[in-house]
Amino acid sequence: MRLKLLFLSCLLLIFICTSAFTQDEAVVADSLETTAETISPAPATSLTAIDKPDDHGHGIDLSWELSADDGGGLMSVMGYMIYRATSPDGSYEARSGLLLNVTAYSDVGAMNEGENDYMPDYTDYYYKVRALTTDSAVFADSEILGPVQSFGQWFNWKRLSVLLLVAGFLFLTVYFIQKAKGGAKLFVRRLAGIEAVDEAIGRATEMGKPILYVLGLGTAADIATIASYTILSRVAKKVAEYQTGLIVPCYDPIVMAIAQETVKTSYMNAGRADAYNEDMVYFVTNQQFAYVAGVNGVMLRDRPATNIYMGKFYAESLILAETGVAAGSIQIAGTDEISQIPFFVVACDYTLIGEELYAASAYLGKEPLLLGSLKAQDYAKACLIFLAIIGFITLMFGYHGIVDFFHVAG
Amino acid sequence: MTWETFLWTTLGAFLTLCTFSFLYKDNPFYKFAEHLVVGVSAGYFALVLYHQILIPNVFDKIFDGEWWYIIPALLGIMMWTRFSRKYSWISRWPIALYMGIASGMAVPREMHARVIEQMHSAMINIIDMNNIMGNSFFDTASGIAKLIVFIGTLSALFYFFFSKEHKGFFKGISQFGIWILMIGFGASFGYTVMGRISLFVQRIQVMRDWTVVAWADEASGAFAVFWIITFGVFAIWAVFEIRKYLRSKRSTA
Repeated sequence: MRLKLLFLSCLLLIFICTSAFTQDEAVVADSLETTAETISPAPATSLTAIDKPDDHGHGIDLSWELSADDGGGLMSVMGYMIYRATSPDGSYEARSGLLLNVTAYSDVGAMNEGENDYMPDYTDYYYKVRALTTDSAVFADSEILGPVQSFGQWFNWKRLSVLLLVAGFLFLTVYFIQKAKGGAKLFVRRLAGIEAVDEAIGRATEMGKPILYVLGLGTAADIATIASYTILSRVAKKVAEYQTGLIVPCYDPIVMAIAQETVKTSYMNAGRADAYNEDMVYFVTNQQFAYVAGVNGVMLRDRPATNIYMGKFYAESLILAETGVAAGSIQIAGTDEISQIPFFVVACDYTLIGEELYAASAYLGKEPLLLGSLKAQDYAKACLIFLAIIGFITLMFGYHGIVDFFHVAG
Repeated sequence: MTWETFLWTTLGAFLTLCTFSFLYKDNPFYKFAEHLVVGVSAGYFALVLYHQILIPNVFDKIFDGEWWYIIPALLGIMMWTRFSRKYSWISRWPIALYMGIASGMAVPREMHARVIEQMHSAMINIIDMNNIMGNSFFDTASGIAKLIVFIGTLSALFYFFFSKEHKGFFKGISQFGIWILMIGFGASFGYTVMGRISLFVQRIQVMRDWTVVAWADEASGAFAVFWIITFGVFAIWAVFEIRKYLRSKRSTA
């Protein structure tokens, strides 16, 4: 009994002691918090501001050193905010959200007058960095820095590698074009998908049915669309020679205008200018799935013998190709849109994968200009493979020079 | 549900069914939906073009004193000469300008996006020779994955060599390249089909939810009439089609 009483008394004592200490700690913590909240923290120091390099202007880079109370001292600083004004004693406006554990920030504004957050170049700006605590009333501002101005640069040094590679590629292109013009025979391997085009045109002629040529959803500026014009030119010439029908429904009005010119020129080159009809190439609509619905209707009602899809395609690729299968047409497709190639591979008889589309125009044309550029592409690829292998090996030994050359930051 | 909402949603449901009827074959319902969507979208595009391109980028700018916007406006007007046989050659000028600028801008953009970025991603460190005795010398799982990416990229590049016949060493490596491409295409195909099925399920769910709401409404009798008419029209058409099919089968027999 006594032993039990002693045990209980000990427990009670331990409980009271621990409670007292906990209370003391809480009091100490409370008092610390009070100190932290009422004493302003140390400000951020060594604030610097320079025009953001390699940009089009309208941006300033800031850097600073953390407050002494950030991660040390009173431990009261929880983050920073950047403030900007156009005069030292003007009204400062916040230019950033809460920045945690950072010592740099890029203040970038809009470039056009009238836009929200417009930041004109060649204007004096003054900055300060505010160190913030959990209490919004307790903070510390750095010294005001300024004036500093933003302005654009003519040359983006971060993109030097792009310039060098484009220059190298241009040199190769000009060299091989000159070589081709000089009469050198430049070999291009067989492309099954393109050889099938002639076969498909022949089939359409035998069946007395038209050929449907779809230029895709790209704009006239897309490389795939540009390559597609060359193939259309070849197809239209053959169609004119064989006197087969041609249907070219277009998604983009400018693409339509260029396609009309292309087809017209091909008919003239084939000596069949009289057979050219402007309605062969027409505008459907500029809405993706409405365009698909229109083209599907053409496939089902006109029953073309051959469907050729060359250009830029998106989600509509499978719908088009599926309808073509249902209509019993031979289908040849080519696109550089990687995500859509699988659908064409599945549903079409022949598919030109990515760069084959660009090569197809040279293969068909056999013109020195196109053949020369195709050769240049191949040599450029060989150089890139060589560089990739060298970069891969040197990287293992800790040398990052080649990898960094291919890293374009902005 | 208000009558107005009901009418529009019924039209939406009806057009969805019209579009799905294409799964059987081309028919008047699909034709109706097709012509409706093409016509509406073309008209809508014309308005969007006027309000979002012409007004803010041409008219507003010129009237605000930025007279140089007349130059692109004139180039646009030159495109209209296509309507005249005599002066249609003028339209080639803006086209040539547009194509020249677009092609010139495309070269550095494509070089950056498709060549430089790809090269940077392909060159991955798999073995740290400076730390040959350390633990990080070769991380087996990720090291093999990175090696496959590197070899796959190079062999796919070999496939796109057009100046050399695919024979001997070239044939082997380019065939490996096309296999790598096909594996990638297969994965992409499966992923997209999954996305399409989820779109289909979403559409069916919308129609189901709408049906539940419509039938639960006070004027459910009227809604029922709409549904009966919709399905009735489809059913009559289906009966006609089946009869036509049976007749053609009998005549061929």
